[in-house]
Amino acid sequence: MIRPSITEKNKIEKLSRLPQGGSCKAGVLIEKNAGWRNKCPVYNPDKCTGCYQCYMYCPDGVISKEGKGISIDYDFCKGCGICEKICKLQAIVMEGET
Amino acid sequence: MSQVRFISGDEAFALGVSLARVQVISAYPITPQTIVVERLADMVEEGELDSKFVHVESEHSAMMTAMGVSAMGARAFTATSSQGLLYMAECLGYVSGGRFPIVMMNANRATALPWSIYGDHRDSLSQLDCGWIQIYVEDAQEALDMAIQGYALAESENIRLPVMVNLDGFVLTHTYEKVNIPDRETIDAFLPKRNTWDKLDLDNPVSMAFTVGPELNEEFNLLHHKASINALGELARIDKEYAKITGRSYGNAVKGYRTEDAEYVLISLGSISGLVRDAVDRLRKEGIKAGAIKIRMMRPFPKDEIAALTKNVLAIGVIDKDISFGYEGTVYTNVNSALLQKKIYIPSYNFIGGIGGRDVSVDNIESCFKEMINADTKETVRFMGLEVIDDC
Repeated sequence: MIRPSITEKNKIEKLSRLPQGGSCKAGVLIEKNAGWRNKCPVYNPDKCTGCYQCYMYCPDGVISKEGKGISIDYDFCKGCGICEKICKLQAIVMEGET
Repeated sequence: MSQVRFISGDEAFALGVSLARVQVISAYPITPQTIVVERLADMVEEGELDSKFVHVESEHSAMMTAMGVSAMGARAFTATSSQGLLYMAECLGYVSGGRFPIVMMNANRATALPWSIYGDHRDSLSQLDCGWIQIYVEDAQEALDMAIQGYALAESENIRLPVMVNLDGFVLTHTYEKVNIPDRETIDAFLPKRNTWDKLDLDNPVSMAFTVGPELNEEFNLLHHKASINALGELARIDKEYAKITGRSYGNAVKGYRTEDAEYVLISLGSISGLVRDAVDRLRKEGIKAGAIKIRMMRPFPKDEIAALTKNVLAIGVIDKDISFGYEGTVYTNVNSALLQKKIYIPSYNFIGGIGGRDVSVDNIESCFKEMINADTKETVRFMGLEVIDDC
């Protein structure tokens, strides 16, 4: 899976620096998008069996497979809580945003 | 070896599309475009053309399918006419703004109401602002040749814009003419398979058809504008290259006839241009210094080329198979603006004719010249060839 990292936004000063055809390089992110999250998924690897239901259901694609468990990209998680709902073992619990 | 066949404009265009080895054809039938689509369907069915034929439910879908095909890096073709063109109007700006090099044939036909299946230029001229390159051909041979050259133009690295090739409905689409058909090897060498970096590709992912906010939107439109202007020079370059392999040249975006010493020049688009040249020859025999200019490309608009041909002219006239209700013909608006920008201040007249398939005769055209010569300035915009007395 392609997981682009945040890169700095370049100021475009010349027309020739804009994409000249109909497309530009994909996978360029210049800002995080998690500002409206008010509850945060907290992952407990000890309870996780690696069923990857959370990975399958996450509507924002912020849960990745990592080793036998998962990792969560908090830069883009909107805090919807679907992962908590789908996890039968409570390996993910929504907690108040700190 | 090339071969000569007796075929209609639609059939000539279909053969041009076949020679261009178009990979996907998506189209919805509409008179007088139907035959081009039928012939291509036959070619695909009989295995003569290695192409996918997609049956779509509307012109809107035809254009969006072509855009998807083009986004995959393949060569796409569609064709339409009149109401069909207007129905796909929303998609035209998507395709041009997204810089997808599709070629579309448009069979010029009147737009409703009053309902008519016959030809005029109101359909395509209403879409001048949609960002496409617009070409108008004069005969079936030019139709075939511009189907092929259209792809070369559209896919040029410094253009990357869709091209609309316009054929006068019935007069060109359904009239049979002698057409020279180049052989496949010649065209394969002239127009190789499309090969672009600009496509949907898992190994090299790109963002296409993107949103741009006010901070850069104007700049993207400026790039589009510059790309369109590049087509003026590129058309002339492609014409020369094509002439080398086929022996046929159409010149650049405008073609003058006896303009060198002309005092009165009539400007036209498409199939009527031959008739204008006939009228010029007749008037020359009477000692009148008449000339003609055929505009082959309405977008980008060849303003410099037109101005260069009208420098020593006493008056110009523009024949429009179009009326922008409440003002004048759109070709006339464009020509006047070009002359004004070049500081050419001469009387100009607009002759509206051929609307809804009305036949324009050589006598009609001669009388346009006579009206310019007599400097009858009561009305600069007038309808010609009316069948009834205008008493309203």
